Amino acid sequence: MLDQIRDLYQEVVFDHNRNPRNFRVMEDANRTIEGFNPLCGDRITLYVKIDGDGIIQDVSFQGSGCAISTASASLMTEIVRGMHESQAHALFQTFHRIATGKDETLNLEELGKLAVLAGVRAYPARVKCATLAWHSLEAAIENKQATVTTE
Amino acid sequence: MSTAPAAVPMFDAARIRKDFPILGQQVHGKPLVYLDNAATAQKPKAVLDCIAKVYTEDYANVHRGVHTLSQRATELFEGAREKVQRHLNARHSHEIIFTRGTTEAINLVAQSYGRPRFKAGDEILITAMEHHSNIVPWQMLCQQTGAVLKVVPIDRTGALVLDQFEALLSNRTRLLAVAHMSNALGTINPVEKLIEQAHRHGVPVLVDGAQAIPHMAVDVRALDCDFYAFSGHKLYGPAGIGILYGKEELLDKMPPYQGGGDMIRRVTFEKTEYNTLPYKFEAGTPSIVDAIALGAAIDYVNGIGIETIAEHEHRLLAYATEQALRIPGLELVGQAADKGAILSFTLHRIHPHDIGTILDHLGIAIRAGHHCAMPVMDFFGVPATARASFGLYNTFEEVDALIAGIHEVIEVFG
Repeated sequence: MLDQIRDLYQEVVFDHNRNPRNFRVMEDANRTIEGFNPLCGDRITLYVKIDGDGIIQDVSFQGSGCAISTASASLMTEIVRGMHESQAHALFQTFHRIATGKDETLNLEELGKLAVLAGVRAYPARVKCATLAWHSLEAAIENKQATVTTE
Repeated sequence: MSTAPAAVPMFDAARIRKDFPILGQQVHGKPLVYLDNAATAQKPKAVLDCIAKVYTEDYANVHRGVHTLSQRATELFEGAREKVQRHLNARHSHEIIFTRGTTEAINLVAQSYGRPRFKAGDEILITAMEHHSNIVPWQMLCQQTGAVLKVVPIDRTGALVLDQFEALLSNRTRLLAVAHMSNALGTINPVEKLIEQAHRHGVPVLVDGAQAIPHMAVDVRALDCDFYAFSGHKLYGPAGIGILYGKEELLDKMPPYQGGGDMIRRVTFEKTEYNTLPYKFEAGTPSIVDAIALGAAIDYVNGIGIETIAEHEHRLLAYATEQALRIPGLELVGQAADKGAILSFTLHRIHPHDIGTILDHLGIAIRAGHHCAMPVMDFFGVPATARASFGLYNTFEEVDALIAGIHEVIEVFG
Protein backbone atom coordinates (compact mmCIF):
# COMPACT_ATOMS: atom_id res chain seq x y z
CA MET A 1 0.00 0.00 0.00
CA LEU A 2 2.81 2.36 0.79
CA ASP A 3 3.98 2.23 -2.83
CA GLN A 4 0.62 3.38 -4.03
CA ILE A 5 0.36 6.12 -1.45
CA ARG A 6 3.79 7.36 -2.52
CA ASP A 7 2.29 8.31 -5.87
CA LEU A 8 0.23 10.85 -3.99
CA TYR A 9 2.68 11.72 -1.27
CA GLN A 10 5.94 12.13 -3.16
CA GLU A 11 9.00 13.44 -1.37
CA VAL A 12 8.58 16.79 -3.10
CA VAL A 13 5.11 17.06 -1.59
CA PHE A 14 6.44 16.36 1.91
CA ASP A 15 9.25 18.84 1.36
CA HIS A 16 6.87 21.64 0.35
CA ASN A 17 4.46 20.69 3.14
CA ARG A 18 7.17 20.89 5.80
CA ASN A 19 8.82 23.97 4.39
CA PRO A 20 6.30 25.84 2.30
CA ARG A 21 7.93 28.38 -0.03
CA ASN A 22 6.75 31.99 -0.11
CA PHE A 23 4.78 31.44 3.07
CA ARG A 24 4.47 35.09 4.09
CA VAL A 25 2.25 38.11 4.05
CA MET A 26 2.96 40.41 1.10
CA GLU A 27 2.53 44.01 2.21
CA ASP A 28 2.47 45.49 -1.29
CA ALA A 29 0.26 42.90 -2.97
CA ASN A 30 -2.25 44.39 -5.37
CA ARG A 31 -4.52 41.33 -5.17
CA THR A 32 -5.39 39.51 -1.94
CA ILE A 33 -7.75 36.56 -2.04
CA GLU A 34 -9.19 34.33 0.67
CA GLY A 35 -9.61 30.72 -0.41
CA PHE A 36 -11.62 28.23 1.59
CA ASN A 37 -12.46 24.58 1.22
CA PRO A 38 -15.59 24.11 3.32
CA LEU A 39 -15.32 20.34 3.03
CA CYS A 40 -12.18 20.08 5.13
CA GLY A 41 -11.72 23.56 6.52
CA ASP A 42 -8.58 24.33 4.51
CA ARG A 43 -7.93 28.05 4.34
CA ILE A 44 -5.52 30.08 2.28
CA THR A 45 -4.80 33.76 1.90
CA LEU A 46 -3.12 34.35 -1.42
CA TYR A 47 -1.15 37.53 -2.11
CA VAL A 48 -0.37 38.44 -5.72
CA LYS A 49 1.40 41.34 -7.35
CA ILE A 50 0.56 41.68 -11.03
CA ASP A 51 2.07 44.50 -13.08
CA GLY A 52 0.40 46.54 -15.82
CA ASP A 53 1.51 44.05 -18.48
CA GLY A 54 -0.21 41.17 -16.72
CA ILE A 55 3.06 39.66 -15.47
CA ILE A 56 2.89 37.99 -12.05
CA GLN A 57 5.72 39.76 -10.26
CA ASP A 58 5.32 38.10 -6.90
CA VAL A 59 3.03 35.61 -5.19
CA SER A 60 2.89 34.39 -1.60
CA PHE A 61 0.44 32.70 0.73
CA GLN A 62 -0.52 31.93 4.27
CA GLY A 63 -3.04 29.53 5.69
CA SER A 64 -3.59 26.05 6.99
CA GLY A 65 -4.38 22.89 5.15
CA CYS A 66 -3.44 19.32 4.44
CA ALA A 67 -0.13 18.29 2.90
CA ILE A 68 -1.60 18.24 -0.59
CA SER A 69 -3.10 21.72 -0.41
CA THR A 70 -0.05 23.22 1.27
CA ALA A 71 2.38 21.64 -1.19
CA SER A 72 0.22 22.67 -4.12
CA ALA A 73 0.09 26.28 -2.92
CA SER A 74 3.84 26.31 -2.26
CA LEU A 75 4.69 24.84 -5.66
CA MET A 76 2.31 27.21 -7.38
CA THR A 77 3.99 30.27 -5.89
CA GLU A 78 7.31 29.06 -7.28
CA ILE A 79 5.98 28.13 -10.70
CA VAL A 80 3.85 31.13 -11.61
CA ARG A 81 6.21 33.89 -10.60
CA GLY A 82 7.26 35.69 -13.76
CA MET A 83 4.49 34.12 -15.82
CA HIS A 84 1.97 36.17 -17.73
CA GLU A 85 -1.44 35.70 -16.14
CA SER A 86 -2.67 33.98 -19.31
CA GLN A 87 0.15 31.42 -19.02
CA ALA A 88 -0.74 30.73 -15.40
CA HIS A 89 -4.36 30.33 -16.40
CA ALA A 90 -3.44 27.88 -19.17
CA LEU A 91 -1.22 25.83 -16.85
CA PHE A 92 -4.03 25.57 -14.31
CA GLN A 93 -6.43 24.43 -17.04
CA THR A 94 -4.03 21.64 -17.98
CA PHE A 95 -3.45 20.67 -14.35
CA HIS A 96 -7.17 20.68 -13.64
CA ARG A 97 -7.90 18.46 -16.64
CA ILE A 98 -5.27 15.96 -15.54
CA ALA A 99 -6.16 16.09 -11.82
CA THR A 100 -9.84 15.50 -12.49
CA GLY A 101 -9.09 12.71 -14.93
CA LYS A 102 -10.75 14.58 -17.80
CA ASP A 103 -7.57 14.33 -19.81
CA GLU A 104 -6.99 10.74 -20.90
CA THR A 105 -3.59 11.52 -22.40
CA LEU A 106 -1.38 12.11 -19.43
CA ASN A 107 1.32 14.47 -20.58
CA LEU A 108 3.22 15.20 -17.41
CA GLU A 109 5.80 17.24 -19.27
CA GLU A 110 3.21 19.90 -19.89
CA LEU A 111 2.86 20.22 -16.12
CA GLY A 112 6.53 20.71 -15.35
CA LYS A 113 7.13 20.70 -11.58
CA LEU A 114 3.41 20.41 -11.02
CA ALA A 115 3.65 16.80 -12.20
CA VAL A 116 4.36 15.67 -8.63
CA LEU A 117 0.73 16.45 -7.86
CA ALA A 118 -0.67 14.47 -10.79
CA GLY A 119 -1.08 11.48 -8.44
CA VAL A 120 -4.13 13.23 -7.04
CA ARG A 121 -6.13 12.00 -10.04
CA ALA A 122 -6.45 8.62 -8.29
CA TYR A 123 -8.02 10.41 -5.30
CA PRO A 124 -11.12 12.30 -6.38
CA ALA A 125 -11.71 13.42 -2.79
CA ARG A 126 -8.36 15.20 -2.81
CA VAL A 127 -8.61 17.12 -6.10
CA LYS A 128 -10.09 20.10 -4.29
CA CYS A 129 -7.12 20.15 -1.93
CA ALA A 130 -4.72 20.29 -4.86
CA THR A 131 -6.63 23.02 -6.67
CA LEU A 132 -7.59 25.38 -3.84
CA ALA A 133 -4.58 27.66 -4.29
CA TRP A 134 -5.09 27.64 -8.04
CA HIS A 135 -8.74 28.60 -7.80
CA SER A 136 -7.62 31.44 -5.57
CA LEU A 137 -5.05 32.51 -8.14
CA GLU A 138 -7.70 32.44 -10.87
CA ALA A 139 -9.83 34.72 -8.74
CA ALA A 140 -6.86 37.01 -8.14
CA ILE A 141 -6.26 37.22 -11.88
CA GLU A 142 -9.91 38.06 -12.43
CA ASN A 143 -9.61 40.43 -9.46
CA LYS A 144 -12.55 38.95 -7.59
CA GLN A 145 -13.11 40.19 -4.06
CA ALA A 146 -15.30 37.53 -2.49
CA THR A 147 -13.96 34.46 -0.71
CA VAL A 148 -13.18 31.66 -3.13
CA THR A 149 -14.47 28.22 -2.29
CA THR A 150 -13.88 24.95 -4.04
CA GLU A 151 -17.52 23.93 -3.63
CA MET B 1 0.55 -2.79 23.52
CA SER B 2 -1.74 -4.40 26.08
CA THR B 3 -3.97 -7.21 25.00
CA ALA B 4 -7.60 -6.59 24.20
CA PRO B 5 -9.94 -7.22 27.10
CA ALA B 6 -12.25 -10.17 26.79
CA ALA B 7 -15.39 -9.47 24.80
CA VAL B 8 -18.54 -8.51 26.65
CA PRO B 9 -20.37 -11.60 27.82
CA MET B 10 -23.27 -12.49 25.56
CA PHE B 11 -21.85 -10.25 22.87
CA ASP B 12 -20.53 -12.19 19.94
CA ALA B 13 -19.08 -9.64 17.54
CA ALA B 14 -18.25 -12.27 14.91
CA ARG B 15 -21.86 -13.38 14.81
CA ILE B 16 -23.14 -9.79 14.78
CA ARG B 17 -20.83 -8.92 11.88
CA LYS B 18 -22.41 -11.65 9.77
CA ASP B 19 -25.65 -9.66 9.96
CA PHE B 20 -23.99 -6.84 8.00
CA PRO B 21 -23.18 -8.01 4.46
CA ILE B 22 -21.24 -4.85 3.59
CA LEU B 23 -18.63 -5.54 6.28
CA GLY B 24 -17.42 -8.68 4.54
CA GLN B 25 -15.62 -6.82 1.78
CA GLN B 26 -12.08 -5.68 1.18
CA VAL B 27 -11.01 -2.11 0.46
CA HIS B 28 -7.67 -1.58 -1.26
CA GLY B 29 -6.97 -5.26 -0.67
CA LYS B 30 -7.52 -5.04 3.10
CA PRO B 31 -10.53 -6.08 5.17
CA LEU B 32 -12.85 -3.12 5.55
CA VAL B 33 -12.66 -1.50 8.99
CA TYR B 34 -15.67 0.78 9.11
CA LEU B 35 -15.19 3.46 11.78
CA ASP B 36 -17.41 6.23 10.42
CA ASN B 37 -20.54 5.29 12.33
CA ALA B 38 -21.17 8.78 13.67
CA ALA B 39 -21.69 9.87 10.06
CA THR B 40 -23.90 6.92 9.18
CA ALA B 41 -24.16 3.30 10.24
CA GLN B 42 -24.22 0.21 8.03
CA LYS B 43 -27.42 -1.79 7.65
CA PRO B 44 -28.12 -5.28 8.94
CA LYS B 45 -29.66 -7.88 6.67
CA ALA B 46 -32.89 -7.61 8.66
CA VAL B 47 -33.28 -4.02 7.44
CA LEU B 48 -32.22 -4.81 3.86
CA ASP B 49 -34.60 -7.77 3.76
CA CYS B 50 -37.42 -5.66 5.14
CA ILE B 51 -36.95 -3.08 2.38
CA ALA B 52 -36.92 -5.78 -0.30
CA LYS B 53 -39.92 -7.56 1.20
CA VAL B 54 -42.13 -4.49 1.45
CA TYR B 55 -41.33 -3.35 -2.09
CA THR B 56 -41.77 -6.90 -3.37
CA GLU B 57 -44.96 -7.86 -1.54
CA ASP B 58 -46.70 -5.08 0.37
CA TYR B 59 -45.99 -1.78 -1.32
CA ALA B 60 -48.72 0.79 -1.94
CA ASN B 61 -49.48 4.31 -0.80
CA VAL B 62 -50.67 4.66 2.76
CA HIS B 63 -53.82 5.97 4.42
CA ARG B 64 -56.03 6.67 1.40
CA GLY B 65 -56.27 3.38 -0.39
CA VAL B 66 -59.25 1.07 0.05
CA HIS B 67 -57.42 -1.83 -1.53
CA THR B 68 -55.57 -4.62 0.22
CA LEU B 69 -52.01 -3.55 -0.50
CA SER B 70 -52.68 -0.04 0.72
CA GLN B 71 -54.18 -1.40 3.91
CA ARG B 72 -51.21 -3.67 4.40
CA ALA B 73 -48.71 -0.87 3.78
CA THR B 74 -50.66 1.40 6.13
CA GLU B 75 -50.59 -1.21 8.88
CA LEU B 76 -46.86 -1.70 8.50
CA PHE B 77 -46.24 2.05 8.40
CA GLU B 78 -48.32 2.75 11.50
CA GLY B 79 -46.81 -0.33 13.13
CA ALA B 80 -43.38 1.25 12.66
CA ARG B 81 -44.64 4.42 14.32
CA GLU B 82 -45.72 2.35 17.30
CA LYS B 83 -42.30 0.69 17.44
CA VAL B 84 -40.68 4.13 17.61
CA GLN B 85 -43.18 5.16 20.27
CA ARG B 86 -42.31 2.14 22.41
CA HIS B 87 -38.59 2.60 21.77
CA LEU B 88 -38.74 6.18 23.07
CA ASN B 89 -41.42 5.39 25.67
CA ALA B 90 -43.61 8.17 24.27
CA ARG B 91 -47.11 8.40 25.70
CA HIS B 92 -48.93 8.34 22.34
CA SER B 93 -48.01 7.12 18.87
CA HIS B 94 -49.35 10.39 17.43
CA GLU B 95 -46.50 12.16 19.24
CA ILE B 96 -44.17 10.45 16.74
CA ILE B 97 -43.78 12.43 13.50
CA PHE B 98 -41.97 10.91 10.54
CA THR B 99 -39.53 13.39 8.98
CA ARG B 100 -36.68 13.02 6.52
CA GLY B 101 -34.14 13.12 9.34
CA THR B 102 -32.90 14.97 12.40
CA THR B 103 -32.31 18.14 10.41
CA GLU B 104 -35.85 18.30 9.10
CA ALA B 105 -37.20 17.55 12.58
CA ILE B 106 -35.28 20.50 14.05
CA ASN B 107 -36.37 22.78 11.23
CA LEU B 108 -39.95 21.71 11.85
CA VAL B 109 -39.74 22.82 15.47
CA ALA B 110 -37.97 26.07 14.55
CA GLN B 111 -40.54 27.01 11.94
CA SER B 112 -43.71 25.59 13.44
CA TYR B 113 -43.09 26.08 17.15
CA GLY B 114 -40.70 29.04 17.17
CA ARG B 115 -41.68 31.23 14.26
CA PRO B 116 -45.24 32.08 15.29
CA ARG B 117 -44.27 32.59 18.94
CA PHE B 118 -40.85 34.19 19.18
CA LYS B 119 -40.48 37.96 19.22
CA ALA B 120 -37.58 40.38 18.98
CA GLY B 121 -35.38 40.09 22.04
CA ASP B 122 -36.48 36.53 22.88
CA GLU B 123 -33.56 34.20 23.43
CA ILE B 124 -32.85 30.74 22.06
CA LEU B 125 -30.24 28.82 24.00
CA ILE B 126 -27.95 26.30 22.29
CA THR B 127 -24.49 25.00 23.17
CA ALA B 128 -21.02 25.47 21.72
CA MET B 129 -20.85 21.80 20.69
CA GLU B 130 -23.91 21.73 18.44
CA HIS B 131 -23.91 20.26 14.95
CA HIS B 132 -24.66 22.83 12.24
CA SER B 133 -28.17 21.40 11.93
CA ASN B 134 -28.87 22.49 15.51
CA ILE B 135 -27.40 25.96 14.91
CA VAL B 136 -28.49 27.12 11.48
CA PRO B 137 -32.28 26.56 11.81
CA TRP B 138 -32.18 28.75 14.95
CA GLN B 139 -30.11 31.42 13.23
CA MET B 140 -32.67 31.45 10.43
CA LEU B 141 -35.44 31.74 13.02
CA CYS B 142 -33.58 34.61 14.70
CA GLN B 143 -33.42 36.45 11.38
CA GLN B 144 -37.12 35.87 10.85
CA THR B 145 -38.28 36.90 14.33
CA GLY B 146 -35.57 39.13 15.81
CA ALA B 147 -34.86 36.54 18.50
CA VAL B 148 -31.28 36.21 19.73
CA LEU B 149 -29.07 33.12 19.87
CA LYS B 150 -27.24 32.46 23.14
CA VAL B 151 -24.54 29.84 23.38
CA VAL B 152 -23.58 27.78 26.45
CA PRO B 153 -19.77 27.46 26.36
CA ILE B 154 -17.72 24.28 26.69
CA ASP B 155 -14.48 23.67 28.56
CA ARG B 156 -11.21 22.21 27.26
CA THR B 157 -12.39 18.65 27.90
CA GLY B 158 -15.37 19.31 25.68
CA ALA B 159 -17.94 19.30 28.49
CA LEU B 160 -20.60 21.98 28.95
CA VAL B 161 -19.81 24.72 31.47
CA LEU B 162 -22.87 24.12 33.61
CA ASP B 163 -22.52 27.28 35.72
CA GLN B 164 -22.73 29.29 32.53
CA PHE B 165 -25.80 27.38 31.46
CA GLU B 166 -27.55 28.40 34.66
CA ALA B 167 -26.45 32.01 34.15
CA LEU B 168 -27.61 32.10 30.52
CA LEU B 169 -31.13 30.91 31.36
CA SER B 170 -33.20 34.03 31.74
CA ASN B 171 -36.79 35.15 31.66
CA ARG B 172 -36.21 35.94 27.99
CA THR B 173 -35.19 32.35 27.15
CA ARG B 174 -37.87 30.75 24.99
CA LEU B 175 -36.23 27.44 24.09
CA LEU B 176 -33.20 25.29 24.83
CA ALA B 177 -31.92 23.17 21.91
CA VAL B 178 -29.15 20.80 22.95
CA ALA B 179 -27.35 17.75 21.59
CA HIS B 180 -27.76 14.60 23.68
CA MET B 181 -24.30 13.55 22.44
CA SER B 182 -21.75 15.58 20.45
CA ASN B 183 -20.81 14.21 17.03
CA ALA B 184 -17.41 15.93 17.04
CA LEU B 185 -16.36 15.28 20.65
CA GLY B 186 -18.40 12.34 21.85
CA THR B 187 -19.50 14.32 24.91
CA ILE B 188 -22.73 13.07 26.43
CA ASN B 189 -24.63 15.98 27.92
CA PRO B 190 -26.53 15.67 31.21
CA VAL B 191 -29.77 16.40 29.39
CA GLU B 192 -32.02 15.22 32.20
CA LYS B 193 -30.50 17.83 34.51
CA LEU B 194 -30.54 20.53 31.81
CA ILE B 195 -34.20 19.85 31.07
CA GLU B 196 -35.10 20.03 34.74
CA GLN B 197 -33.32 23.37 35.14
CA ALA B 198 -34.83 24.76 31.93
CA HIS B 199 -38.31 23.69 32.99
CA ARG B 200 -37.88 25.47 36.32
CA HIS B 201 -37.61 28.63 34.21
CA GLY B 202 -40.56 27.55 32.08
CA VAL B 203 -38.28 26.91 29.08
CA PRO B 204 -39.13 24.02 26.74
CA VAL B 205 -36.30 21.80 25.53
CA LEU B 206 -35.50 20.18 22.19
CA VAL B 207 -32.95 17.37 22.36
CA ASP B 208 -30.95 16.57 19.21
CA GLY B 209 -30.61 12.83 19.63
CA ALA B 210 -28.92 12.08 16.29
CA GLN B 211 -25.76 10.72 17.93
CA ALA B 212 -27.26 9.38 21.13
CA ILE B 213 -30.00 7.16 19.79
CA PRO B 214 -27.72 4.34 18.48
CA HIS B 215 -25.75 4.18 21.73
CA MET B 216 -28.11 4.45 24.68
CA ALA B 217 -31.64 3.89 25.87
CA VAL B 218 -33.73 7.02 25.48
CA ASP B 219 -36.90 7.49 27.51
CA VAL B 220 -38.56 10.75 26.53
CA ARG B 221 -40.96 10.59 29.46
CA ALA B 222 -38.22 10.04 32.01
CA LEU B 223 -36.21 12.87 30.42
CA ASP B 224 -39.37 14.98 30.21
CA CYS B 225 -37.99 16.62 27.06
CA ASP B 226 -40.48 18.57 24.96
CA PHE B 227 -39.01 17.52 21.61
CA TYR B 228 -36.58 14.75 20.66
CA ALA B 229 -35.16 14.46 17.14
CA PHE B 230 -33.18 11.64 15.53
CA SER B 231 -32.38 10.00 12.19
CA GLY B 232 -32.93 6.45 11.03
CA HIS B 233 -29.63 6.06 9.21
CA LYS B 234 -27.46 6.35 12.29
CA LEU B 235 -29.57 3.70 14.05
CA TYR B 236 -28.78 1.03 11.43
CA GLY B 237 -31.94 1.98 9.51
CA PRO B 238 -32.39 3.63 6.12
CA ALA B 239 -31.33 7.16 5.22
CA GLY B 240 -34.07 9.64 4.43
CA ILE B 241 -36.23 8.86 7.43
CA GLY B 242 -36.15 10.51 10.82
CA ILE B 243 -38.28 11.17 13.83
CA LEU B 244 -39.56 14.14 15.70
CA TYR B 245 -41.06 13.27 19.05
CA GLY B 246 -43.05 16.10 20.57
CA LYS B 247 -45.34 16.37 23.56
CA GLU B 248 -48.93 16.24 22.40
CA GLU B 249 -49.94 19.51 24.04
CA LEU B 250 -47.16 21.35 22.18
CA LEU B 251 -47.65 19.64 18.82
CA ASP B 252 -51.38 20.29 19.01
CA LYS B 253 -50.84 24.03 19.21
CA MET B 254 -48.32 24.15 16.37
CA PRO B 255 -49.40 25.01 12.82
CA PRO B 256 -48.41 22.64 9.99
CA TYR B 257 -44.87 23.03 8.71
CA GLN B 258 -45.51 22.08 5.09
CA GLY B 259 -48.75 21.99 3.10
CA GLY B 260 -50.23 19.21 1.00
CA GLY B 261 -51.12 15.54 1.09
CA ASP B 262 -51.70 13.84 4.40
CA MET B 263 -51.78 17.00 6.47
CA ILE B 264 -55.19 17.94 5.09
CA ARG B 265 -58.64 16.98 6.23
CA ARG B 266 -60.73 19.18 3.98
CA VAL B 267 -59.73 21.75 1.39
CA THR B 268 -61.81 24.47 -0.18
CA PHE B 269 -60.37 27.54 -1.85
CA GLU B 270 -61.50 29.58 1.15
CA LYS B 271 -60.08 27.45 3.90
CA THR B 272 -58.17 24.28 4.65
CA GLU B 273 -58.98 22.18 7.65
CA TYR B 274 -55.87 20.49 8.93
CA ASN B 275 -55.62 16.87 9.83
CA THR B 276 -55.00 15.69 13.37
CA LEU B 277 -51.67 14.57 14.80
CA PRO B 278 -49.40 13.15 13.59
CA TYR B 279 -50.59 13.61 9.98
CA LYS B 280 -50.74 17.39 10.37
CA PHE B 281 -46.94 17.35 10.10
CA GLU B 282 -46.59 14.70 7.41
CA ALA B 283 -47.33 16.50 4.16
CA GLY B 284 -47.04 14.50 0.96
CA THR B 285 -46.40 10.81 0.51
CA PRO B 286 -44.04 9.81 3.29
CA SER B 287 -40.96 7.67 2.86
CA ILE B 288 -43.15 4.63 3.47
CA VAL B 289 -40.70 1.76 3.17
CA ASP B 290 -37.92 3.62 4.96
CA ALA B 291 -40.25 4.20 7.91
CA ILE B 292 -41.17 0.52 8.00
CA ALA B 293 -37.49 -0.45 7.75
CA LEU B 294 -36.66 1.92 10.60
CA GLY B 295 -39.03 -0.22 12.63
CA ALA B 296 -37.01 -3.27 11.56
CA ALA B 297 -33.79 -1.53 12.63
CA ILE B 298 -35.27 -0.82 16.06
CA ASP B 299 -36.29 -4.48 16.36
CA TYR B 300 -32.75 -5.49 15.40
CA VAL B 301 -31.11 -3.21 17.95
CA ASN B 302 -33.51 -4.31 20.67
CA GLY B 303 -32.85 -7.94 19.76
CA ILE B 304 -29.26 -7.40 20.85
CA GLY B 305 -30.16 -4.97 23.61
CA ILE B 306 -29.15 -1.33 23.68
CA GLU B 307 -27.48 -1.76 27.09
CA THR B 308 -25.34 -4.59 25.71
CA ILE B 309 -24.40 -2.43 22.71
CA ALA B 310 -23.56 0.51 24.98
CA GLU B 311 -21.32 -1.65 27.16
CA HIS B 312 -19.49 -3.11 24.17
CA GLU B 313 -18.92 0.33 22.67
CA HIS B 314 -17.69 1.75 25.96
CA ARG B 315 -15.11 -1.01 26.21
CA LEU B 316 -14.02 -0.32 22.63
CA LEU B 317 -13.70 3.38 23.40
CA ALA B 318 -11.74 2.80 26.60
CA TYR B 319 -9.39 0.43 24.79
CA ALA B 320 -8.96 2.77 21.81
CA THR B 321 -8.38 5.78 24.06
CA GLU B 322 -5.74 3.97 26.09
CA GLN B 323 -3.91 2.86 22.91
CA ALA B 324 -4.24 6.23 21.19
CA LEU B 325 -2.84 8.22 24.10
CA ARG B 326 0.43 6.26 23.82
CA ILE B 327 1.00 7.54 20.28
CA PRO B 328 3.48 10.43 20.30
CA GLY B 329 2.02 13.59 18.82
CA LEU B 330 -1.55 12.39 19.06
CA GLU B 331 -4.02 14.67 20.81
CA LEU B 332 -7.53 13.69 21.68
CA VAL B 333 -10.10 16.37 21.01
CA GLY B 334 -12.91 15.80 23.48
CA GLN B 335 -12.15 14.07 26.76
CA ALA B 336 -15.31 14.74 28.72
CA ALA B 337 -15.93 12.43 31.65
CA ASP B 338 -19.19 11.20 30.14
CA LYS B 339 -18.45 10.27 26.56
CA GLY B 340 -19.82 8.08 23.77
CA ALA B 341 -17.82 5.91 21.40
CA ILE B 342 -16.14 8.65 19.39
CA LEU B 343 -12.39 9.13 19.15
CA SER B 344 -11.64 12.54 17.67
CA PHE B 345 -7.94 13.32 17.35
CA THR B 346 -5.18 15.27 15.69
CA LEU B 347 -1.60 14.29 14.92
CA HIS B 348 1.23 16.75 15.23
CA ARG B 349 1.95 18.34 11.84
CA ILE B 350 -0.22 15.88 9.93
CA HIS B 351 -3.51 17.16 8.64
CA PRO B 352 -6.60 14.98 9.31
CA HIS B 353 -7.34 14.82 5.60
CA ASP B 354 -3.96 13.20 4.98
CA ILE B 355 -4.59 10.80 7.87
CA GLY B 356 -7.92 9.85 6.31
CA THR B 357 -6.45 9.14 2.88
CA ILE B 358 -3.65 6.95 4.21
CA LEU B 359 -5.95 5.02 6.57
CA ASP B 360 -8.33 4.47 3.64
CA HIS B 361 -5.47 2.74 1.87
CA LEU B 362 -5.34 0.34 4.78
CA GLY B 363 -9.06 -0.31 4.41
CA ILE B 364 -9.91 1.85 7.43
CA ALA B 365 -12.79 4.27 6.97
CA ILE B 366 -12.68 7.24 9.33
CA ARG B 367 -13.95 10.79 8.99
CA ALA B 368 -11.63 13.75 8.54
CA GLY B 369 -12.91 17.28 8.66
CA HIS B 370 -14.91 19.65 10.80
CA HIS B 371 -17.83 17.21 11.20
CA CYS B 372 -20.35 19.99 10.54
CA ALA B 373 -19.38 21.46 13.89
CA MET B 374 -17.10 24.31 12.82
CA PRO B 375 -17.59 26.29 16.07
CA VAL B 376 -16.18 23.28 17.95
CA MET B 377 -13.09 23.28 15.70
CA ASP B 378 -12.68 27.03 16.25
CA PHE B 379 -12.88 26.53 20.01
CA PHE B 380 -10.09 23.94 20.00
CA GLY B 381 -8.09 25.95 17.48
CA VAL B 382 -7.90 23.17 14.91
CA PRO B 383 -9.11 23.31 11.29
CA ALA B 384 -10.34 19.73 11.47
CA THR B 385 -9.96 16.46 13.33
CA ALA B 386 -9.70 12.82 12.37
CA ARG B 387 -12.61 10.93 13.88
CA ALA B 388 -13.02 7.23 14.45
CA SER B 389 -16.53 6.40 15.66
CA PHE B 390 -17.64 2.96 16.75
CA GLY B 391 -20.78 0.95 16.26
CA LEU B 392 -22.12 -2.32 17.58
CA TYR B 393 -20.23 -4.41 14.99
CA ASN B 394 -16.77 -3.00 15.66
CA THR B 395 -14.16 -5.17 17.36
CA PHE B 396 -11.01 -4.84 19.44
CA GLU B 397 -9.05 -6.16 16.45
CA GLU B 398 -10.35 -3.21 14.46
CA VAL B 399 -9.13 -0.84 17.14
CA ASP B 400 -5.73 -2.52 16.82
CA ALA B 401 -5.89 -2.00 13.05
CA LEU B 402 -6.69 1.68 13.58
CA ILE B 403 -3.80 2.15 15.99
CA ALA B 404 -1.40 0.32 13.66
CA GLY B 405 -2.72 2.47 10.81
CA ILE B 406 -2.03 5.68 12.71
CA HIS B 407 1.54 4.47 13.26
CA GLU B 408 1.83 3.92 9.49
CA VAL B 409 0.56 7.43 8.83
CA ILE B 410 3.28 8.79 11.08
CA GLU B 411 5.84 6.62 9.30
CA VAL B 412 4.73 7.79 5.85
CA PHE B 413 5.02 11.39 6.96
CA GLY B 414 8.43 10.67 8.44
